[in-house]
Amino acid sequence: MIRIAVVSGKGGTGKTMVTAALSRLLKGSLVLADCDVDAANLALVQNPRLLQTDPFMGMKAAVIDPNLCTACGACQEHCRFNAVDMEDGTYRINASRCEGCAVCTVVCPADAVSMQPRQTGVILYSEVACGHLVHARLVPGAGNSGLLVHAVKKTALERDGDADMFLVDGPPGTGCPLISSVSGMNAVLVITEPSVSGLHDLKRVITVCRQFRPKIFVVVNRYDLNPVHTKEIETYCREEDLSLISKIPFDPAVIDAVRAGVPVTDLDVSPASQAIRILADDLKKELIHLDSR
Amino acid sequence: MKLAIASGKGGTGKSMVAANLAFTLAMDSQVSLVDCDVEEPNLHLFFPSDPMTRDVTLPIPVIDELICTYCGKCGEFCRYGAISVLPKKLLFFADLCHSCGGCVLVCPEKAIHEEPKRIGTLSVSTPLPGLKLVTGMLDTGSPLAVPIIHEVKKETSDDPIVILDTAPGTSCPVVEALEGCDACILVTESTPFGLHDLGLAADVTERLGIPAGVIINRSDGKDEETLRFCAEHGLDVMLTIPFSREIASIQSRGDLLCRVQPEWQKEFRSLFIKSKLLAKEDL
Repeated sequence: MIRIAVVSGKGGTGKTMVTAALSRLLKGSLVLADCDVDAANLALVQNPRLLQTDPFMGMKAAVIDPNLCTACGACQEHCRFNAVDMEDGTYRINASRCEGCAVCTVVCPADAVSMQPRQTGVILYSEVACGHLVHARLVPGAGNSGLLVHAVKKTALERDGDADMFLVDGPPGTGCPLISSVSGMNAVLVITEPSVSGLHDLKRVITVCRQFRPKIFVVVNRYDLNPVHTKEIETYCREEDLSLISKIPFDPAVIDAVRAGVPVTDLDVSPASQAIRILADDLKKELIHLDSR
Repeated sequence: MKLAIASGKGGTGKSMVAANLAFTLAMDSQVSLVDCDVEEPNLHLFFPSDPMTRDVTLPIPVIDELICTYCGKCGEFCRYGAISVLPKKLLFFADLCHSCGGCVLVCPEKAIHEEPKRIGTLSVSTPLPGLKLVTGMLDTGSPLAVPIIHEVKKETSDDPIVILDTAPGTSCPVVEALEGCDACILVTESTPFGLHDLGLAADVTERLGIPAGVIINRSDGKDEETLRFCAEHGLDVMLTIPFSREIASIQSRGDLLCRVQPEWQKEFRSLFIKSKLLAKEDL
Protein backbone atom coordinates (compact mmCIF):
# COMPACT_ATOMS: atom_id res chain seq x y z
CA MET A 1 0.00 0.00 0.00
CA ILE A 2 1.26 3.45 -0.92
CA ARG A 3 0.70 5.98 1.83
CA ILE A 4 0.68 9.68 0.94
CA ALA A 5 0.07 12.64 3.24
CA VAL A 6 -0.81 16.06 1.86
CA VAL A 7 0.50 18.76 4.21
CA SER A 8 1.46 22.44 4.03
CA GLY A 9 2.82 24.08 7.17
CA LYS A 10 0.88 27.26 6.43
CA GLY A 11 -2.89 26.92 6.42
CA GLY A 12 -5.12 27.70 3.47
CA THR A 13 -2.66 26.79 0.71
CA GLY A 14 -5.04 24.32 -0.94
CA LYS A 15 -4.35 20.93 0.69
CA THR A 16 -7.96 19.82 0.72
CA MET A 17 -8.73 20.73 -2.89
CA VAL A 18 -5.59 18.96 -4.14
CA THR A 19 -6.37 15.89 -2.01
CA ALA A 20 -9.95 15.79 -3.27
CA ALA A 21 -8.86 16.05 -6.91
CA LEU A 22 -6.16 13.39 -6.51
CA SER A 23 -8.69 11.03 -4.96
CA ARG A 24 -10.51 11.06 -8.30
CA LEU A 25 -7.44 10.88 -10.52
CA LEU A 26 -5.13 8.31 -8.92
CA LYS A 27 -5.86 4.79 -10.12
CA GLY A 28 -6.64 1.79 -7.96
CA SER A 29 -8.61 1.36 -4.75
CA LEU A 30 -8.27 4.18 -2.31
CA VAL A 31 -8.90 4.99 1.32
CA LEU A 32 -8.99 8.65 2.32
CA ALA A 33 -8.44 10.14 5.76
CA ASP A 34 -9.08 13.74 6.78
CA CYS A 35 -6.47 14.29 9.49
CA ASP A 36 -7.17 18.01 9.86
CA VAL A 37 -9.46 16.97 12.68
CA ASP A 38 -9.76 20.50 14.11
CA ALA A 39 -11.39 21.80 10.97
CA ALA A 40 -12.13 18.88 8.67
CA ASN A 41 -13.28 19.99 5.22
CA LEU A 42 -12.54 17.09 2.88
CA ALA A 43 -16.05 15.66 3.28
CA LEU A 44 -17.50 18.92 1.95
CA VAL A 45 -16.17 18.11 -1.53
CA GLN A 46 -16.64 14.32 -1.43
CA ASN A 47 -20.41 13.93 -1.12
CA PRO A 48 -19.99 11.16 1.49
CA ARG A 49 -22.59 8.58 2.44
CA LEU A 50 -22.11 8.00 6.16
CA LEU A 51 -21.77 4.31 7.04
CA GLN A 52 -20.69 4.34 10.67
CA THR A 53 -20.06 6.72 13.57
CA ASP A 54 -17.85 5.78 16.52
CA PRO A 55 -17.13 7.80 19.64
CA PHE A 56 -13.56 8.92 20.14
CA MET A 57 -12.39 8.64 23.71
CA GLY A 58 -9.47 10.96 24.40
CA MET A 59 -7.17 10.51 27.37
CA LYS A 60 -8.94 9.99 30.67
CA ALA A 61 -9.36 13.24 32.57
CA ALA A 62 -9.27 13.92 36.30
CA VAL A 63 -12.52 14.42 38.20
CA ILE A 64 -12.71 15.63 41.81
CA ASP A 65 -15.40 14.12 44.02
CA PRO A 66 -16.71 17.13 45.96
CA ASN A 67 -17.93 14.86 48.77
CA LEU A 68 -14.41 13.59 49.45
CA CYS A 69 -12.42 16.77 48.68
CA THR A 70 -11.06 18.53 51.79
CA ALA A 71 -10.06 21.63 49.79
CA CYS A 72 -6.39 21.29 50.76
CA GLY A 73 -5.26 22.57 47.35
CA ALA A 74 -2.53 19.95 46.78
CA CYS A 75 -3.90 19.12 43.33
CA GLN A 76 -3.81 22.74 42.22
CA GLU A 77 -0.29 23.18 43.57
CA HIS A 78 1.06 20.17 41.67
CA CYS A 79 -0.85 20.52 38.39
CA ARG A 80 1.58 21.78 35.74
CA PHE A 81 -1.24 22.50 33.26
CA ASN A 82 -3.23 24.99 35.39
CA ALA A 83 -6.18 22.64 35.05
CA VAL A 84 -7.44 22.95 38.63
CA ASP A 85 -9.78 25.89 39.26
CA MET A 86 -10.92 27.07 42.67
CA GLU A 87 -14.15 28.94 43.14
CA ASP A 88 -15.84 29.67 46.47
CA GLY A 89 -13.54 27.22 48.25
CA THR A 90 -14.39 24.37 45.86
CA TYR A 91 -11.77 22.79 43.62
CA ARG A 92 -12.77 21.68 40.14
CA ILE A 93 -10.91 20.28 37.12
CA ASN A 94 -11.05 22.34 33.93
CA ALA A 95 -11.44 19.45 31.49
CA SER A 96 -10.24 21.40 28.47
CA ARG A 97 -6.89 22.06 30.18
CA CYS A 98 -6.46 18.62 31.81
CA GLU A 99 -3.75 16.60 30.04
CA GLY A 100 -4.70 13.42 31.85
CA CYS A 101 -1.32 12.99 33.61
CA ALA A 102 -2.96 11.83 36.88
CA VAL A 103 -0.48 13.66 39.14
CA CYS A 104 -3.47 15.01 41.10
CA THR A 105 -4.58 11.46 41.94
CA VAL A 106 -1.15 10.82 43.50
CA VAL A 107 -0.95 13.99 45.59
CA CYS A 108 -4.56 14.03 46.85
CA PRO A 109 -4.47 12.94 50.52
CA ALA A 110 -8.23 12.26 50.55
CA ASP A 111 -8.38 10.02 47.47
CA ALA A 112 -10.93 12.44 46.02
CA VAL A 113 -9.57 12.49 42.47
CA SER A 114 -10.16 9.77 39.90
CA MET A 115 -9.44 9.46 36.20
CA GLN A 116 -12.61 9.21 34.10
CA PRO A 117 -13.00 8.42 30.42
CA ARG A 118 -14.29 11.30 28.29
CA GLN A 119 -15.49 11.50 24.74
CA THR A 120 -13.70 14.31 22.87
CA GLY A 121 -14.88 13.59 19.35
CA VAL A 122 -16.42 11.19 16.85
CA ILE A 123 -14.87 9.17 14.06
CA LEU A 124 -16.97 8.96 10.89
CA TYR A 125 -16.62 6.26 8.24
CA SER A 126 -18.20 7.05 4.89
CA GLU A 127 -18.51 5.75 1.35
CA VAL A 128 -17.26 8.15 -1.33
CA ALA A 129 -16.81 7.92 -5.12
CA CYS A 130 -13.22 6.65 -4.91
CA GLY A 131 -13.65 4.22 -1.99
CA HIS A 132 -13.93 5.08 1.70
CA LEU A 133 -13.32 8.23 3.72
CA VAL A 134 -12.48 8.32 7.41
CA HIS A 135 -13.01 11.71 8.98
CA ALA A 136 -13.61 13.04 12.45
CA ARG A 137 -15.11 15.78 14.48
CA LEU A 138 -13.28 17.04 17.53
CA VAL A 139 -15.40 18.57 20.25
CA PRO A 140 -14.58 22.26 19.74
CA GLY A 141 -11.99 23.34 22.27
CA ALA A 142 -11.00 19.77 23.17
CA GLY A 143 -7.40 18.64 23.34
CA ASN A 144 -5.79 15.41 22.10
CA SER A 145 -6.11 16.22 18.40
CA GLY A 146 -2.86 14.32 17.79
CA LEU A 147 -4.40 11.23 19.36
CA LEU A 148 -7.52 11.65 17.25
CA VAL A 149 -5.37 11.86 14.10
CA HIS A 150 -3.78 8.59 15.14
CA ALA A 151 -7.22 7.03 15.69
CA VAL A 152 -8.46 8.23 12.27
CA LYS A 153 -5.45 6.70 10.52
CA LYS A 154 -5.79 3.49 12.47
CA THR A 155 -9.46 3.20 11.53
CA ALA A 156 -8.60 3.67 7.84
CA LEU A 157 -5.86 1.04 7.91
CA GLU A 158 -7.91 -1.49 9.87
CA ARG A 159 -10.99 -1.24 7.65
CA ASP A 160 -9.30 -0.68 4.29
CA GLY A 161 -5.87 -2.20 4.77
CA ASP A 162 -6.17 -3.94 1.39
CA ALA A 163 -6.60 -0.68 -0.57
CA ASP A 164 -3.88 0.20 -3.09
CA MET A 165 -3.45 3.66 -1.71
CA PHE A 166 -3.90 5.56 1.54
CA LEU A 167 -4.33 9.31 0.98
CA VAL A 168 -4.23 11.64 4.01
CA ASP A 169 -5.35 15.27 4.05
CA GLY A 170 -3.15 16.68 6.79
CA PRO A 171 -3.43 19.57 9.25
CA PRO A 172 -1.54 22.87 9.04
CA GLY A 173 1.28 23.51 11.51
CA THR A 174 4.26 21.47 12.68
CA GLY A 175 3.10 20.24 16.08
CA CYS A 176 1.44 17.17 17.49
CA PRO A 177 -1.33 16.61 14.84
CA LEU A 178 1.09 17.15 11.94
CA ILE A 179 3.68 14.76 13.40
CA SER A 180 0.94 12.20 13.95
CA SER A 181 -0.27 12.63 10.33
CA VAL A 182 3.14 12.21 8.71
CA SER A 183 4.34 9.30 10.81
CA GLY A 184 4.32 5.99 8.90
CA MET A 185 3.69 7.58 5.47
CA ASN A 186 5.98 6.79 2.55
CA ALA A 187 5.34 9.97 0.59
CA VAL A 188 4.46 13.52 1.53
CA LEU A 189 3.05 16.15 -0.82
CA VAL A 190 3.74 19.63 0.57
CA ILE A 191 1.46 22.36 -0.83
CA THR A 192 2.90 25.86 -0.52
CA GLU A 193 2.14 29.31 -1.91
CA PRO A 194 4.44 32.03 -3.21
CA SER A 195 4.61 34.42 -0.25
CA VAL A 196 7.09 35.19 2.51
CA SER A 197 4.89 33.22 4.90
CA GLY A 198 4.51 30.30 2.49
CA LEU A 199 8.26 29.80 2.10
CA HIS A 200 9.00 30.30 5.81
CA ASP A 201 6.40 27.69 6.76
CA LEU A 202 7.45 25.32 3.96
CA LYS A 203 11.00 25.18 5.31
CA ARG A 204 9.79 24.37 8.82
CA VAL A 205 7.37 21.63 7.78
CA ILE A 206 10.00 20.04 5.49
CA THR A 207 12.37 19.82 8.48
CA VAL A 208 9.73 17.95 10.47
CA CYS A 209 8.71 15.66 7.58
CA ARG A 210 12.33 14.68 6.89
CA GLN A 211 12.60 13.11 10.34
CA PHE A 212 10.24 10.41 9.05
CA ARG A 213 12.19 9.88 5.79
CA PRO A 214 9.30 9.86 3.32
CA LYS A 215 9.72 10.79 -0.35
CA ILE A 216 8.86 14.51 -0.43
CA PHE A 217 7.15 16.32 -3.32
CA VAL A 218 6.51 20.08 -3.34
CA VAL A 219 3.59 21.81 -5.07
CA VAL A 220 3.37 25.60 -5.50
CA ASN A 221 -0.26 26.61 -5.58
CA ARG A 222 -1.41 29.96 -7.05
CA TYR A 223 2.17 30.27 -8.32
CA ASP A 224 1.37 33.13 -10.71
CA LEU A 225 0.25 35.46 -7.88
CA ASN A 226 3.88 36.22 -7.03
CA PRO A 227 6.52 35.15 -9.58
CA VAL A 228 9.37 36.44 -7.38
CA HIS A 229 8.51 34.17 -4.48
CA THR A 230 7.77 31.25 -6.80
CA LYS A 231 11.38 31.64 -8.03
CA GLU A 232 12.59 31.62 -4.44
CA ILE A 233 10.69 28.40 -3.73
CA GLU A 234 12.17 26.85 -6.88
CA THR A 235 15.67 27.83 -5.75
CA TYR A 236 15.06 26.46 -2.27
CA CYS A 237 13.81 23.13 -3.67
CA ARG A 238 16.84 22.85 -5.96
CA GLU A 239 19.27 23.58 -3.13
CA GLU A 240 17.55 21.13 -0.82
CA ASP A 241 17.23 18.47 -3.51
CA LEU A 242 13.45 18.44 -3.19
CA SER A 243 11.25 17.42 -6.09
CA LEU A 244 9.05 20.38 -7.13
CA ILE A 245 6.44 18.32 -8.89
CA SER A 246 3.81 20.90 -9.87
CA LYS A 247 2.91 24.57 -10.13
CA ILE A 248 -0.83 25.27 -10.05
CA PRO A 249 -2.06 28.68 -11.30
CA PHE A 250 -4.52 30.90 -9.45
CA ASP A 251 -7.96 30.00 -10.73
CA PRO A 252 -11.39 31.30 -9.59
CA ALA A 253 -12.82 27.91 -10.72
CA VAL A 254 -11.41 26.45 -7.47
CA ILE A 255 -13.83 28.55 -5.42
CA ASP A 256 -16.67 27.63 -7.80
CA ALA A 257 -15.81 23.96 -7.20
CA VAL A 258 -15.81 24.34 -3.40
CA ARG A 259 -19.20 26.04 -3.68
CA ALA A 260 -20.44 23.18 -5.88
CA GLY A 261 -19.07 20.65 -3.38
CA VAL A 262 -16.82 18.86 -5.90
CA PRO A 263 -13.09 18.69 -6.72
CA VAL A 264 -12.09 21.34 -9.28
CA THR A 265 -11.18 18.57 -11.71
CA ASP A 266 -14.86 17.57 -11.88
CA LEU A 267 -15.79 20.92 -13.46
CA ASP A 268 -15.10 22.04 -17.03
CA VAL A 269 -11.47 22.31 -18.01
CA SER A 270 -9.83 25.23 -16.23
CA PRO A 271 -6.17 26.19 -15.64
CA ALA A 272 -6.02 24.73 -12.12
CA SER A 273 -7.82 21.56 -13.12
CA GLN A 274 -5.41 21.03 -16.01
CA ALA A 275 -2.38 21.50 -13.77
CA ILE A 276 -3.73 19.06 -11.17
CA ARG A 277 -4.38 16.43 -13.88
CA ILE A 278 -0.75 16.67 -14.96
CA LEU A 279 0.32 16.52 -11.30
CA ALA A 280 -1.70 13.31 -10.85
CA ASP A 281 -0.06 11.73 -13.92
CA ASP A 282 3.44 12.70 -12.77
CA LEU A 283 2.72 11.49 -9.27
CA LYS A 284 1.54 8.12 -10.58
CA LYS A 285 4.89 7.63 -12.36
CA GLU A 286 6.83 8.61 -9.24
CA LEU A 287 4.74 6.33 -7.04
CA ILE A 288 5.52 3.30 -9.21
CA HIS A 289 9.19 3.88 -8.38
CA LEU A 290 8.26 4.24 -4.75
CA ASP A 291 6.37 0.96 -4.71
CA SER A 292 9.33 -0.93 -6.12
CA ARG A 293 11.86 0.73 -3.80
CA MET B 1 -7.82 45.18 26.11
CA LYS B 2 -6.81 41.71 24.97
CA LEU B 3 -8.07 41.05 21.46
CA ALA B 4 -7.58 37.66 19.78
CA ILE B 5 -7.67 37.02 16.03
CA ALA B 6 -8.79 33.45 15.25
CA SER B 7 -10.29 31.54 12.35
CA GLY B 8 -10.81 27.78 12.41
CA LYS B 9 -9.68 27.42 8.80
CA GLY B 10 -6.06 28.23 8.03
CA GLY B 11 -4.95 30.85 5.55
CA THR B 12 -8.00 33.11 5.86
CA GLY B 13 -5.90 36.15 6.74
CA LYS B 14 -5.53 36.17 10.55
CA SER B 15 -1.94 37.40 10.45
CA MET B 16 -2.82 40.00 7.84
CA VAL B 17 -5.56 41.41 10.08
CA ALA B 18 -3.42 41.26 13.24
CA ALA B 19 -0.41 42.91 11.56
CA ASN B 20 -2.40 45.73 9.95
CA LEU B 21 -4.40 46.43 13.09
CA ALA B 22 -1.26 46.61 15.22
CA PHE B 23 0.55 48.75 12.62
CA THR B 24 -2.30 51.26 12.53
CA LEU B 25 -2.86 51.48 16.28
CA ALA B 26 0.88 51.75 17.00
CA MET B 27 0.97 55.14 15.27
CA ASP B 28 -0.51 56.78 18.35
CA SER B 29 -0.75 54.10 21.07
CA GLN B 30 1.45 51.51 22.74
CA VAL B 31 0.47 48.15 21.22
CA SER B 32 1.69 44.61 21.89
CA LEU B 33 1.34 42.10 19.08
CA VAL B 34 1.65 38.45 20.10
CA ASP B 35 2.21 35.61 17.67
CA CYS B 36 0.49 32.63 19.30
CA ASP B 37 0.68 30.54 16.10
CA VAL B 38 3.89 29.06 17.47
CA GLU B 39 3.95 26.14 15.01
CA GLU B 40 4.10 28.50 12.03
CA PRO B 41 4.61 32.04 13.29
CA ASN B 42 4.63 34.65 10.50
CA LEU B 43 4.17 38.09 12.05
CA HIS B 44 7.93 38.70 12.34
CA LEU B 45 8.10 38.47 8.53
CA PHE B 46 5.96 41.64 8.31
CA PHE B 47 7.99 43.46 10.98
CA PRO B 48 11.67 42.68 10.44
CA SER B 49 13.75 43.75 13.44
CA ASP B 50 16.46 42.50 15.78
CA PRO B 51 14.70 40.63 18.57
CA MET B 52 15.91 39.55 22.00
CA THR B 53 15.46 35.79 21.94
CA ARG B 54 15.46 33.32 24.79
CA ASP B 55 14.80 29.60 25.06
CA VAL B 56 11.51 28.21 26.31
CA THR B 57 12.15 25.04 28.27
CA LEU B 58 10.19 22.35 30.03
CA PRO B 59 11.50 20.29 32.94
CA ILE B 60 11.97 16.68 31.91
CA PRO B 61 13.07 13.78 34.09
CA VAL B 62 16.62 12.54 34.42
CA ILE B 63 16.84 9.12 36.04
CA ASP B 64 19.92 8.21 38.06
CA GLU B 65 20.50 4.57 37.16
CA LEU B 66 22.91 4.15 40.10
CA ILE B 67 19.99 4.67 42.48
CA CYS B 68 17.20 3.20 40.30
CA THR B 69 16.08 -0.31 41.27
CA TYR B 70 14.08 -0.81 38.03
CA CYS B 71 10.90 -1.22 40.08
CA GLY B 72 8.93 0.14 37.11
CA LYS B 73 6.64 2.49 39.06
CA CYS B 74 7.52 5.52 36.88
CA GLY B 75 6.85 3.64 33.64
CA GLU B 76 3.56 2.32 35.00
CA PHE B 77 2.50 5.82 36.03
CA CYS B 78 3.45 7.69 32.85
CA ARG B 79 0.25 8.15 30.78
CA TYR B 80 2.25 9.16 27.72
CA GLY B 81 4.42 6.08 27.34
CA ALA B 82 7.57 8.19 27.76
CA ILE B 83 9.32 5.78 30.14
CA SER B 84 9.90 2.05 29.56
CA VAL B 85 11.49 0.10 32.37
CA LEU B 86 13.12 -3.21 31.41
CA PRO B 87 14.62 -5.65 33.95
CA LYS B 88 18.05 -3.95 33.86
CA LYS B 89 17.52 -1.03 31.53
CA LEU B 90 15.59 2.22 31.27
CA LEU B 91 14.33 3.86 28.11
CA PHE B 92 13.17 7.49 28.17
CA PHE B 93 11.49 9.07 25.11
CA ALA B 94 11.81 12.83 25.62
CA ASP B 95 9.47 13.70 22.73
CA LEU B 96 6.58 11.85 24.39
CA CYS B 97 7.12 13.50 27.81
CA HIS B 98 4.52 16.13 28.74
CA SER B 99 6.54 17.34 31.72
CA CYS B 100 3.87 16.55 34.31
CA GLY B 101 6.40 15.66 37.03
CA GLY B 102 4.52 12.50 37.98
CA CYS B 103 7.50 10.15 37.68
CA VAL B 104 9.44 12.23 40.20
CA LEU B 105 6.53 11.95 42.65
CA VAL B 106 6.05 8.20 42.35
CA CYS B 107 9.70 7.09 42.43
CA PRO B 108 10.18 5.39 45.81
CA GLU B 109 14.01 5.70 45.58
CA LYS B 110 14.07 9.43 44.73
CA ALA B 111 16.17 8.48 41.73
CA ILE B 112 14.54 11.01 39.40
CA HIS B 113 15.18 14.73 39.19
CA GLU B 114 14.26 17.18 36.44
CA GLU B 115 16.36 19.23 34.06
CA PRO B 116 15.23 21.81 31.52
CA LYS B 117 14.81 20.77 27.89
CA ARG B 118 14.39 23.37 25.16
CA ILE B 119 11.16 23.12 23.15
CA GLY B 120 11.23 26.47 21.38
CA THR B 121 12.02 30.15 21.67
CA LEU B 122 10.41 33.43 22.65
CA SER B 123 11.48 36.64 20.88
CA VAL B 124 10.67 40.22 21.82
CA SER B 125 11.35 43.15 19.52
CA THR B 126 10.34 46.77 18.91
CA PRO B 127 9.95 47.03 15.13
CA LEU B 128 8.13 50.39 15.40
CA PRO B 129 8.25 52.98 18.20
CA GLY B 130 4.77 52.09 19.51
CA LEU B 131 4.89 48.38 18.78
CA LYS B 132 6.14 45.48 20.88
CA LEU B 133 6.21 42.21 18.97
CA VAL B 134 6.36 38.92 20.88
CA THR B 135 6.84 35.75 18.87
CA GLY B 136 6.76 32.21 20.16
CA MET B 137 8.39 29.60 17.95
CA LEU B 138 8.13 25.87 18.53
CA ASP B 139 11.28 23.96 17.61
CA THR B 140 10.63 21.82 14.52
CA GLY B 141 9.96 18.25 15.61
CA SER B 142 8.72 19.28 19.05
CA PRO B 143 5.01 18.45 19.46
CA LEU B 144 4.03 20.66 22.43
CA ALA B 145 2.78 24.08 21.37
CA VAL B 146 0.75 24.97 24.47
CA PRO B 147 3.60 25.71 26.94
CA ILE B 148 5.12 28.21 24.47
CA ILE B 149 1.78 29.98 24.00
CA HIS B 150 1.54 30.19 27.78
CA GLU B 151 4.97 31.87 27.92
CA VAL B 152 4.34 34.44 25.17
CA LYS B 153 1.06 35.47 26.78
CA LYS B 154 2.80 35.96 30.12
CA GLU B 155 5.23 38.33 28.41
CA THR B 156 2.38 40.78 27.66
CA SER B 157 0.01 40.09 30.57
CA ASP B 158 0.23 43.66 31.93
CA ASP B 159 0.29 45.53 28.62
CA PRO B 160 -2.61 47.91 27.85
CA ILE B 161 -3.46 46.86 24.28
CA VAL B 162 -2.62 43.29 23.28
CA ILE B 163 -3.46 41.76 19.89
CA LEU B 164 -3.04 37.98 19.77
CA ASP B 165 -2.74 36.11 16.48
CA THR B 166 -3.79 32.49 17.11
CA ALA B 167 -3.12 29.22 15.31
CA PRO B 168 -5.76 27.86 12.94
CA GLY B 169 -7.97 25.07 14.25
CA THR B 170 -10.17 24.65 17.30
CA SER B 171 -8.12 22.53 19.71
CA CYS B 172 -5.75 23.14 22.61
CA PRO B 173 -3.38 25.74 21.06
CA VAL B 174 -6.36 27.92 20.12
CA VAL B 175 -8.01 27.54 23.52
CA GLU B 176 -4.74 28.40 25.26
CA ALA B 177 -4.42 31.60 23.20
CA LEU B 178 -8.08 32.62 23.65
CA GLU B 179 -8.36 32.13 27.40
CA GLY B 180 -8.49 35.45 29.22
CA CYS B 181 -9.13 37.51 26.06
CA ASP B 182 -11.76 40.26 26.17
CA ALA B 183 -12.93 39.82 22.58
CA CYS B 184 -12.15 37.79 19.48
CA ILE B 185 -12.24 38.60 15.77
CA LEU B 186 -12.98 35.56 13.61
CA VAL B 187 -11.52 35.89 10.11
CA THR B 188 -13.31 33.90 7.43
CA GLU B 189 -13.61 33.66 3.67
CA SER B 190 -16.89 33.28 1.84
CA THR B 191 -16.53 29.65 0.75
CA PRO B 192 -18.21 26.57 2.24
CA PHE B 193 -14.81 25.65 3.80
CA GLY B 194 -14.55 29.07 5.41
CA LEU B 195 -18.14 28.98 6.65
CA HIS B 196 -17.89 25.44 8.03
CA ASP B 197 -14.79 26.31 10.05
CA LEU B 198 -16.21 29.70 11.11
CA GLY B 199 -19.01 27.71 12.72
CA LEU B 200 -16.51 25.59 14.66
CA ALA B 201 -14.48 28.61 15.77
CA ALA B 202 -17.61 30.50 16.86
CA ASP B 203 -18.53 27.44 18.90
CA VAL B 204 -15.19 27.66 20.72
CA THR B 205 -15.48 31.38 21.54
CA GLU B 206 -19.04 30.82 22.74
CA ARG B 207 -17.97 27.96 25.02
CA LEU B 208 -15.21 30.15 26.44
CA GLY B 209 -17.64 33.05 26.89
CA ILE B 210 -15.61 35.41 24.70
CA PRO B 211 -17.60 37.93 22.61
CA ALA B 212 -16.79 37.53 18.92
CA GLY B 213 -17.24 39.41 15.64
CA VAL B 214 -16.40 38.45 12.06
CA ILE B 215 -14.23 39.70 9.20
CA ILE B 216 -14.98 38.38 5.72
CA ASN B 217 -11.69 38.38 3.84
CA ARG B 218 -11.07 37.95 0.09
CA SER B 219 -14.76 38.50 -0.51
CA ASP B 220 -15.87 37.98 -4.10
CA GLY B 221 -19.28 39.43 -3.27
CA LYS B 222 -20.97 36.05 -2.86
CA ASP B 223 -21.23 36.35 0.92
CA GLU B 224 -24.94 35.60 1.41
CA GLU B 225 -24.43 32.29 3.25
CA THR B 226 -21.83 33.77 5.58
CA LEU B 227 -23.96 36.84 6.26
CA ARG B 228 -26.96 34.62 7.02
CA PHE B 229 -24.88 32.50 9.41
CA CYS B 230 -23.60 35.60 11.20
CA ALA B 231 -27.08 37.07 11.53
CA GLU B 232 -28.44 33.79 12.92
CA HIS B 233 -25.63 33.54 15.47
CA GLY B 234 -25.60 37.17 16.52
CA LEU B 235 -22.12 37.76 15.10
CA ASP B 236 -21.44 41.29 13.87
CA VAL B 237 -19.67 41.47 10.50
CA MET B 238 -17.09 44.09 11.46
CA LEU B 239 -15.25 44.42 8.16
CA THR B 240 -15.35 42.99 4.64
CA ILE B 241 -12.12 42.98 2.64
CA PRO B 242 -12.61 42.33 -1.08
CA PHE B 243 -10.49 39.90 -3.06
CA SER B 244 -7.96 41.77 -5.15
CA ARG B 245 -4.72 40.66 -6.77
CA GLU B 246 -3.18 43.91 -5.51
CA ILE B 247 -3.96 43.10 -1.84
CA ALA B 248 -2.81 39.50 -2.32
CA SER B 249 0.44 40.74 -3.79
CA ILE B 250 1.09 43.22 -0.94
CA GLN B 251 0.53 40.45 1.56
CA SER B 252 2.60 37.84 -0.29
CA ARG B 253 5.71 40.03 -0.40
CA GLY B 254 5.49 40.64 3.35
CA ASP B 255 4.23 44.21 3.14
CA LEU B 256 1.27 45.77 4.95
CA LEU B 257 -1.96 46.88 3.32
CA CYS B 258 -2.25 49.85 5.70
CA ARG B 259 1.26 51.02 4.81
CA VAL B 260 0.85 50.72 1.03
CA GLN B 261 -2.76 51.92 0.92
CA PRO B 262 -3.10 54.27 3.93
CA GLU B 263 -6.82 54.71 3.26
CA TRP B 264 -7.27 51.29 4.92
CA GLN B 265 -6.07 52.67 8.27
CA LYS B 266 -9.50 54.24 8.81
CA GLU B 267 -11.13 50.80 8.36
CA PHE B 268 -8.79 49.21 10.89
CA ARG B 269 -9.30 52.03 13.42
CA SER B 270 -13.03 51.52 13.12
CA LEU B 271 -12.47 47.76 13.52
CA PHE B 272 -10.71 48.40 16.82
CA ILE B 273 -13.56 50.61 18.07
CA LYS B 274 -16.04 47.84 17.18
CA SER B 275 -13.83 45.36 19.06
CA LYS B 276 -13.90 47.57 22.14
CA LEU B 277 -17.69 47.70 21.90
CA LEU B 278 -17.72 43.89 21.68
CA ALA B 279 -15.61 43.71 24.82
CA LYS B 280 -17.91 46.29 26.44
CA GLU B 281 -14.93 48.55 27.09
CA ASP B 282 -15.22 52.32 27.42
CA LEU B 283 -14.28 54.11 24.24
